[in-house]
Amino acid sequence: MARTEQTYTINFGPQHPAAHGVLRLLLELDGEVVQRADPHIGFLHRGTEKLLEQKTYTQGVPYFDRLDYMSMMTQEHPYVLAVEKLLGIEVPERAQYIRVIFAELTRILNHLLFLGAHGLDVGAMTMFIYTFRERERVMDFYEAVCGARMHAAYFRPGGVALDLPDGLADKIRAFVEDFPAKIDEYETLLTDNRIWKQRLVDIGVVTAAQAMDWGFVGPMLRGSGVAYDLRKAVPYDVYAKVEFDIPVGKNGDCYDRYLVRVEELRQSARIIAQCLDQMTPGPVRHENFKISTPYRKEMKAGMESLIHHFKLFTEGFDVPPGEVYTAVETPKGEMGVYVISHGGNKPYRVKIRAAGFNHLQGLDAMVKGHMLADVTTCVGTIDIVFGEIDR
Amino acid sequence: MSPEQLGRLESVIADLLPSLPRERLADALILRVAPAELVATMTLLRDDPALDFKILIDLAGVHYPGREKPLEVVYQLLSVYKNQRIRIKVAVAEGEPVPSVIPVWSSANWYEREAYEMFGILFSGHPDLRRLLTEYDFEGYPLRKEFPVTGHFEVRWDADQDRVVREPTRLTIPDREFYGPDRT
Repeated sequence: MARTEQTYTINFGPQHPAAHGVLRLLLELDGEVVQRADPHIGFLHRGTEKLLEQKTYTQGVPYFDRLDYMSMMTQEHPYVLAVEKLLGIEVPERAQYIRVIFAELTRILNHLLFLGAHGLDVGAMTMFIYTFRERERVMDFYEAVCGARMHAAYFRPGGVALDLPDGLADKIRAFVEDFPAKIDEYETLLTDNRIWKQRLVDIGVVTAAQAMDWGFVGPMLRGSGVAYDLRKAVPYDVYAKVEFDIPVGKNGDCYDRYLVRVEELRQSARIIAQCLDQMTPGPVRHENFKISTPYRKEMKAGMESLIHHFKLFTEGFDVPPGEVYTAVETPKGEMGVYVISHGGNKPYRVKIRAAGFNHLQGLDAMVKGHMLADVTTCVGTIDIVFGEIDR
Repeated sequence: MSPEQLGRLESVIADLLPSLPRERLADALILRVAPAELVATMTLLRDDPALDFKILIDLAGVHYPGREKPLEVVYQLLSVYKNQRIRIKVAVAEGEPVPSVIPVWSSANWYEREAYEMFGILFSGHPDLRRLLTEYDFEGYPLRKEFPVTGHFEVRWDADQDRVVREPTRLTIPDREFYGPDRT
């Protein structure tokens, strides 16, 4: 790193409360003005792509939960879609609805953490307590469907693991009905708050052209005024059957990105309510039991189901050769999975495209010329989670 | 992408880049480009109004041991206004450099660093080609097929020496064939 006599370098993180995990930033400062930010990443690298090559397709799913561990089910989504595309199978409609409901609940989960943590970074302590109150309720829905509060492994190639338990649909409906009032509550704390605006408005401005050059996606791109959302552009599962709007920002600063995410919370609640209305009873997984888990009831009585179960969980299923790139709109933006299959029960190569990777790369351009205190605002607005960046 | 969209994209590509080998999959169009033509092709793909691939959405390295050109770089491009995607593949031999596409898309920087550290693919013209995700003194290219999933070294705390020591990996369970024979 080239140093002149005026500038000096400080080390931000990896153990810093505003570093959102394990971010290490080398900041070159001129007084209090940032000249250059060099992120050092990889502290959470677990070699997910290498591990996936060793595991069968079913065993691969839980690794995806652990990528972006703040929006778990949406991370499984592109992988199961990719495997389904390679297999050429249709997913039952009810399973698609359940997936969309949980993808949107996950969006709420993630954006609530964003609001809380971003507030905390900038100094609005109360937000964290407010948002975690609602996060707790969504976590309970996670627990109800799959038994785990975070790492769900609920989406499976061919559908979902289990149907919704009795009464859960009513609880989710009750939640989405009173959730908009909660969003209003968050907004009273932040949206017109003078300190909040002073810290966010005109900070980290990204133009639409810059955003595309840096490969920004999701709220980072929409905050700059580009209305691109994969749920509309390439509707997967049942997103084509529900109505919702895509909020876009105008100025591409941190404040606009905050507003975009708050509006996405409202839209998510709207999507969930529509799904609950439209959903009809039916199977929740593909009923070719050479690919998806046989029903437990039949396994107790039938030899064939037992054999299927045993084969599936030891050897897995074979996937025809081919390659596919699938992408879904996770709360942080486009998450893509590029799977190459050479036949057999394990993928030949899996490349995971994580939204945060590009966003963090663009951080240097975002913070250049800002004050040191604005670095935390920019790190917060990226909504950074290291699980997906380091993979 | 729908078949109609793909058909339209393919006819545009056939007009603009007739010499490139194309491959049409059910939901994707693949172009194979030689390293020497890469940057010019990518610039055309980005700037032509009918193509408009303003975003480099992903860059993946792939290792095919046994092939004449064992390393492959796969670029996924996206146009948000045209709502279309395309996949570009560049195959290179061991040690043969791929021209860097950072002048075309800034986001290529970390992607190329990652492909370099994982596969040993060299990118000519990259301003800062150093390791990205693995530790600072890591050796080898972990995503190559011959690299063992257990790695070559492990670290542990040694109480006698009062420091962390680095040793060759010792497997307490011998390396077994899990989940059936490898058929990939």
